[in-house]
Amino acid sequence: MAMEYFIQQLINGISVGSIYALIALGYTMVYGIIKLINFAHGDVFMVGSFIGLFSARYLASAGLPPVLVLIISLIFSMTVSALLGITIERLAYKPIRKSTRIAALITAIGVSFLLEYTGVLVLGPQAQGFPDIMVKKQYQLFGTSIQVDSNQVMILITTIILMIILQYIVRYTKTGKAMRAVSFDMEAARLMGINVDRTISATFAIGSALAAAAGVIFGMTYNSVDPLMGVMPGLKAFVAAVLGGIGSIPGALVGGLLLGTVETEISSMGYSSWRDGVAFAVLILILIFKPSGLFGKNVREKV
Amino acid sequence: MKKIGAIILSTVLTAVLAAGCGSNNTESSGNSANGGNSAGDTIKIGADLELTGGQASFGDSASKGAKLAVQQINDAGGVLGKKLELVVADNASKSEEATQAAQKLITDDKVVTIIGASTSTNTLGIVPVVTEKQIPLVAVGATNPKVTVDERTSKVNEWVFRAAFIDPFQGQVMANFATNSLKAKTAVIYTDTSSDYSKGLQKFFEETFKKNGGQILSQESYQQKDSDFKAVLTRIKASNPDVIYLPGYYEEVGKILKQAREMGITVPFLGGDGWDSPQLAEIAGAAALDNTFMSNHYSPEDTAPEVTSFVDAYKAANGGAVPDGMAALGYDAVKLVADAISRAGAADAAKIKDALAATKDLQLATGKITLNETHDPVKAAVVLKFVGGKQTFETKVNP
Repeated sequence: MAMEYFIQQLINGISVGSIYALIALGYTMVYGIIKLINFAHGDVFMVGSFIGLFSARYLASAGLPPVLVLIISLIFSMTVSALLGITIERLAYKPIRKSTRIAALITAIGVSFLLEYTGVLVLGPQAQGFPDIMVKKQYQLFGTSIQVDSNQVMILITTIILMIILQYIVRYTKTGKAMRAVSFDMEAARLMGINVDRTISATFAIGSALAAAAGVIFGMTYNSVDPLMGVMPGLKAFVAAVLGGIGSIPGALVGGLLLGTVETEISSMGYSSWRDGVAFAVLILILIFKPSGLFGKNVREKV
Repeated sequence: MKKIGAIILSTVLTAVLAAGCGSNNTESSGNSANGGNSAGDTIKIGADLELTGGQASFGDSASKGAKLAVQQINDAGGVLGKKLELVVADNASKSEEATQAAQKLITDDKVVTIIGASTSTNTLGIVPVVTEKQIPLVAVGATNPKVTVDERTSKVNEWVFRAAFIDPFQGQVMANFATNSLKAKTAVIYTDTSSDYSKGLQKFFEETFKKNGGQILSQESYQQKDSDFKAVLTRIKASNPDVIYLPGYYEEVGKILKQAREMGITVPFLGGDGWDSPQLAEIAGAAALDNTFMSNHYSPEDTAPEVTSFVDAYKAANGGAVPDGMAALGYDAVKLVADAISRAGAADAAKIKDALAATKDLQLATGKITLNETHDPVKAAVVLKFVGGKQTFETKVNP
């Protein structure tokens, strides 16, 4: 019983953590390349979720089968959010790329508020229900009382597939190689003939698309979306990215899963009001002993 | 086309505004012309309500309810042989404007009593004015305990009364409902720790449920804007309680119910008036709401004669609209005042205050009211059951 309970909570934790991980990837990629903490990222997640909601509503009313509704709204939401990410970068961040780090940070906070309250203005502050795209099914594992629902399985599978695609892009494609080069040394990359602007845009596009995917999955799992929904998950994902080592892609994955499971296990032991406190204490402890995060490299600042 | 629409809309709005101002002016000018009208052939009652702004729907319902009560009383011959006159002032859903409206009602309109406002925050803007000017106030929809009892001194506000029951009372009602109607022996309480409302309900549910011989298996908590509740729900499922008390607001409650039912938790969930929103069914889905119950001030489906006669009269006066809780409370507030004036024997503020404090077993639309020593009503609450995602009247629970 005790073991089954523990495993059940572990599964709950992994599904929470997967969503953190997907959002954390966007933070980490952008930080890795232009050393900017993109606080508007959590709100791109929100926009992605709403686009998923509207397209799912439209497609479902058009009578498409559920699997097709899911795939099309996922891809549509990811595409629109990628474009949004590029637009934000071009309009807000590019003009101040040469100014101080703090100016960029403040701009990011500004963009975040802009997205949140445009959402409140256009969509209203009330939460909206997300349509049930796929009917959830419960599965019992190996004849025990451990339950896994189809959504949790889907979250994990989607996260893993997106992660593999991402690793492939970063490791083996031209864009990915350019991203790594720009991340290593922007000036040298430019001298080698790499189009730095286009590479940065590509990074924002990929990061935003992943956030949108997380947004659609989030909506499907929790059935409620509102314009300020990105604030808490955005913050938690940022913590996950720092925990794993900001700038490191595997770090974002591990950080997200770790944060999700720690939170869940704390709640499962009956200390639900301590949940956030303990999760952040874990962060502080890890940063005391390993300031660059679990997978972070110790890079000396260039002077 | 859009432009023409906008022009028409703005013209209509201006006309409405002008009409509003006009009627206000006539009311106050009529008063100054007659001079000291309260001593004449009418008794003036002020209503400080949210006619515009964010909570305009509350104020609108409350004023309709109040007007109906005044009309009924006048048709039956008035109070002490005099007609009642309701002077309505708009507080624009703002606490500071509620203060100004109350000052206007007392100084310019010379009302003997004020009813309103429909929220705790706006009512708290009126409390200092009526205390200073020594005019009784009957709050319509204020449910926060600190409206009638000063938070710092723990003293009862001498001039302040209310028609709605206070937040903690709902906790008590649901605990009795769980024990008596659902025969529950064990319960888990799942509280929103970021809300005073939720914590108030939780405290009183716990006290009463324990007093009834029940056992609280565990206390769990969440915060507003949380979205994943599976960890705690898995824990609750393992402890297998008879009922789960969930005194939160509809948004998180909707998500919790949905996730709980998906995980196979089938026991009843109980909650308070924070559940009262059409969005609850949208977020949770109608199926997840089966076997859930909430407490509220009143239900239009209640078959008690005082409720049906109120609902019928309200419908007749307002083009068939079904009165909501706030309309019933506005109606009751006026009836409370009228009863106090007739028992006081004179339209005198101090005497009305003493008579209000002595209100006992007065039959009103939201139940039989007795005001207790803190000026809060002791009255029945209704328990609503969700059937197919809709609220239906289940039972009435007496305190």
